[in-house]
Amino acid sequence: MELIWHGLVQAFRLIIAGDPEVMRITFLSLKVSGLATLLSLVFGIPLGAFIGLARFPGRGFVLSLINTGMALPPVVVGLFVSILLWRSGPLGVLQLLYSPTAIVIAQFILAFPVVTGLTVTAMQQIDPKLRLQLLGLGASRAQLLVQLLKEARLAMLAAVMAGFGAVISEIGASMMVGGNILGYTRVLTTATVLETAKGNFDMAIALSIILLVITFLINWGLTAIQQYGNRR
Amino acid sequence: MSAAVIEARDLRVAYGDRTTLALETLTVQRREILAVVGPNGAGKSTLLRILALLEAPAAGVVRFDSEPVRYDSRSLLPMRRRIATVFQSPLLCNTTVFGNISLGLRFRSIPKPEIDKKVSLWADRFGVAHLLGQPAATLSGGEAQRVSLARAFVLDPEVLFLDEPFSALDQPTREGLIAELEGVLRESKVTTVFVTHDRNETLHFGDRVAVVMGGRLAQVDAPERVFSSPVSEEVARFVGVENILRGVVLEQREGIGVVSLDFGQIQVATEAKAGEHVLVCLRPEEIVLARPDASFAHESMRNVLQGRVDQVIPIGAQLRVRMNTGIPLTALITKQSWQELSLAEGQPVQAAFKASAAHVIRRREN
Repeated sequence: MELIWHGLVQAFRLIIAGDPEVMRITFLSLKVSGLATLLSLVFGIPLGAFIGLARFPGRGFVLSLINTGMALPPVVVGLFVSILLWRSGPLGVLQLLYSPTAIVIAQFILAFPVVTGLTVTAMQQIDPKLRLQLLGLGASRAQLLVQLLKEARLAMLAAVMAGFGAVISEIGASMMVGGNILGYTRVLTTATVLETAKGNFDMAIALSIILLVITFLINWGLTAIQQYGNRR
Repeated sequence: MSAAVIEARDLRVAYGDRTTLALETLTVQRREILAVVGPNGAGKSTLLRILALLEAPAAGVVRFDSEPVRYDSRSLLPMRRRIATVFQSPLLCNTTVFGNISLGLRFRSIPKPEIDKKVSLWADRFGVAHLLGQPAATLSGGEAQRVSLARAFVLDPEVLFLDEPFSALDQPTREGLIAELEGVLRESKVTTVFVTHDRNETLHFGDRVAVVMGGRLAQVDAPERVFSSPVSEEVARFVGVENILRGVVLEQREGIGVVSLDFGQIQVATEAKAGEHVLVCLRPEEIVLARPDASFAHESMRNVLQGRVDQVIPIGAQLRVRMNTGIPLTALITKQSWQELSLAEGQPVQAAFKASAAHVIRRREN
């Protein structure tokens, strides 16, 4: 009990005092996971909308691939990205391994299928006749897509939350491709693992609390938008 | 070509192995209201989607304003923007009533002040002006369909397509809206294709009626022609001809033929020659009933049949009287006339009709 209590008190001290190391780790986590989520939205939404609305040969197979991707183990992605970026690997010349960019790439690969898959589901839940109705009102392809995404906005926000949630809390890939380098690639999850291993429970608890609060605040905000949208 | 806005030729649509639509020619004339009728599953909605350029046929040509339609999105979009479609369910977007009515105008990048003006005009015309700020999800079925109609009319389309827009509504709502829409259509003179499975709606709306049966055009004609002179047994049944008698013409003189039926002979107006197989169509309202002892001598009733009343079914102010005269016949009679006859089920009755009351369909096969 003593251990937990002491850890909690120290953790709050670190947070309230704005410990520079804690702050730097927090901001890097937000930046890396935010960017990875954003990229997965930019590519995943149009692809998901296309797969959700179009009919083409092999569509079922592509959907199975995406659904598998939604459950992709982070360590497998970590391994794959490591090999790609390894000095003698196919993209070794870019010298990206153990950099924040490498973490963004790995997290993008994790979030992309989640966003794509949920967009497919969201598009399929829309009444197929609505699409015909919008075309009948003179919508261009782009206008049709935007209007359908607006119709599915509740499900789309769920896709954003799930995508961000998948990467902010992920550890395996970040550790493998980022290397947990102090002041450079150390993020909330990798730092928590390290501090726990060292027995620095106060630091580990502080980082965990920040991780939880960030995740909660972001989901709270998105849920608020989602439910406000639902009332309109 | 003439004033055809839309012209379809040799259309064929198939889903899988099943051909759902196969028709030779159908035109939509400028400023007309074309009612497309037929039973459920006949291919009416498929035909509408093709004429409204929302679906490409497997084979055939559609011309819009004399120009052949090409099914790539770049050529389709400008044509589609001259058309508006209203479906059976209102299919409103999850936004306000204003947001819905203005949708097509915003797709066309119309300036905001003009949008406001048009939306308020048509919202007013369809009685939904007080709902403009409300979320579409809170509307009743009737209100939602009014919004859907306003959303189409606001576009000032060259051709308006209506796909059974009333079939999901309850009876009173439906009757009110039909009357209103009829007024708007006559006033705006917009070319309209109106799909329905309700034959009474076609009487309200159609300048011409296209009857679709089993994916084919069975008859295209003025409404009264379709109702009085159906070209086939299935069209006759669809337009409410309840008495269809099969027979052979024995002789024909000056347009009056004697037709032999299973139970006897009748005289009907026809050009069919002796030996021809015919179907004699008799609308129930054309049959006159009388007590068994009554005489029709002073009237021009060429056909008087003896029979027995089987069943009397009230329909509004009228009664549907089913009787057996050797073959089953159905007549429509007012409640008052029935009371004056003082007849009841099981009693003998006389049924009479004029030779000119029957419509004769000449059958090709023998």
